[in-house]
Amino acid sequence: MTTFSTSTVVRSLTSSAIIRLFKLLPWLAVAALPLALPGYEPLATQVFVMILFALSLDLLVGYAGIVTLGHAGLFGMGAYTAGILSVHGITDPIVTALCGVTLAAVTGLVFGLAMLRTKGLTLLMLTMASAFLLYEVANKATGLTGGEDGLQGVSFTPLLGLFGFDFRGRTAFFYSLAALFLVFTFVQVLINSPFGWSLRGIRENDARMAAIGCPIMRRRIIVYAIASALAGLAGALQAQTTQFVALHSLSFELSGNILIMLILGGSGRLYGAFVGVPAFMFAQDQLAKQDPANWFLGLGLILIAMVMLAPGGIIGIAERIVLAIKMRGRP
Amino acid sequence: MTTTATLETRALNCSFEANRVITDVNFTLRPGERRALIGPNGAGKTTFLNLLTGRLQASSGNILLNGEDVTDLGEARRIRLGIGRTFQITSLFPKMSVRENVFLAVAECEGIAGKIFRSVLSHRAQVARMDELVHRVGLSDVADVQAQLLPYGRQRLLEIAIALALRPKILLLDEPAAGIPTAESHVILDIIATMPKEIAVLLIDHDMDLVFRFAQQISVLVQGSIFLEGPPEEIAADQRVREVYLGDSKHGRPAAA
Repeated sequence: MTTFSTSTVVRSLTSSAIIRLFKLLPWLAVAALPLALPGYEPLATQVFVMILFALSLDLLVGYAGIVTLGHAGLFGMGAYTAGILSVHGITDPIVTALCGVTLAAVTGLVFGLAMLRTKGLTLLMLTMASAFLLYEVANKATGLTGGEDGLQGVSFTPLLGLFGFDFRGRTAFFYSLAALFLVFTFVQVLINSPFGWSLRGIRENDARMAAIGCPIMRRRIIVYAIASALAGLAGALQAQTTQFVALHSLSFELSGNILIMLILGGSGRLYGAFVGVPAFMFAQDQLAKQDPANWFLGLGLILIAMVMLAPGGIIGIAERIVLAIKMRGRP
Repeated sequence: MTTTATLETRALNCSFEANRVITDVNFTLRPGERRALIGPNGAGKTTFLNLLTGRLQASSGNILLNGEDVTDLGEARRIRLGIGRTFQITSLFPKMSVRENVFLAVAECEGIAGKIFRSVLSHRAQVARMDELVHRVGLSDVADVQAQLLPYGRQRLLEIAIALALRPKILLLDEPAAGIPTAESHVILDIIATMPKEIAVLLIDHDMDLVFRFAQQISVLVQGSIFLEGPPEEIAADQRVREVYLGDSKHGRPAAA
């Protein structure tokens, strides 16, 4: 009995160490990407930024059950904050990113306070309206934002005073990968915390959560502010790594696309963002090659098929396959 | 902070539009009391419970907890003051496991539910309490099963575990045995027996067998008013109650007494 339990302990310890190593492996593999595929750094950077953005959305859609069609508003808030600061002489990447995060969080807090009393369709419309509002402000305030022409003259000093944002994009690559890793770690901690569990409780049955004494409004507002901060970080990173900010970063199209990416990958599954973003970009690329004019049609068909047949997204399909394999071993 | 509580209503009324659902109810539940609330369908039993917990607002009258007026307090505040309940129609977190269901309540009760930077598992004391509660209601064997996959009877038990997790001073059980086979309804009594004696329990149920084994006192609610109150023997012996409610005017005593 003793030997059995000891060996079980040893096995579980080694297996947890192995699992931890396995979980780091993809990150190391991706970090080594510039060696294998030089020249793809700028594309990879964009993917990282969008994954970070989708992760922030997953907190809302997948965990807290707050479906939003205005998440780009907060992304754009971060992007414009970093961009405008750099135009006015504040050019340190970390400082401007933190400013972007803060301003997006405050924006999220204010909008959250106003919107999160509502649910369902009303909330969906309000989130959309909030992003439209920011879009129109940026569109009209041409002196500050450059309006339709986009913000000109965005540039940042080297990261930590050492690594410049060069045209090869190595700095941007590692910078955004590091940011994504930090955010991923944070989100992972959050969803496994009592706070994260209570969000799922609110999504599952908010009336019951109220009946066990949960301050639902406060929890929803806090998670909205956190998700806004992370979206703002994604926006700031985009401004820094592309040295340009355009109205697109606040657009409804971006809000919709990021939601599609998340649903494609699988919401509420942490890794959904990592799968959905590349899948979307790959599909976009392939479909646009086939028919540059009507590629959205193809995307729409894929999306309808996914929602009808695999509501858990690509990760959901993978989960089902794993489950089927596990069950096959049993009588 | 006192561990016991007396719950009282004074001339409590509740109307929906022109319909009076609860009429001038004066009711007292003392610490440690085991009281049952019975009455025909539509008598207003659940409405009365909803008024006590703050899910519904009274049209007039007062609700007092330890002599203090709580009539205007919301549901969440009253829970923190110690008024716990279960629901007639199970209200769980369907896609979360039994343990997760119970933990949500433990976390809210112990004020750690807003913590973001530490994992659930590192909150050892609360996790231990969650496991103890799951064990107490006999659900340890399905601790990691999603609530929606449990048979209905076991969902009722989970419902009770959630209510107990909130450390109620007063526990209101709305048909806890509905869906549990009569032969097994003693499980509910066993669970109540494990609770501290000073907790007051008010039970609504149609299972007279359960009601008469459980109650020290019974209140009969008919058309929104307290019709009769007293110890089980008295209620069982009352001719009017038998005619109105127990429907048993021919054969001696009601099924369970």
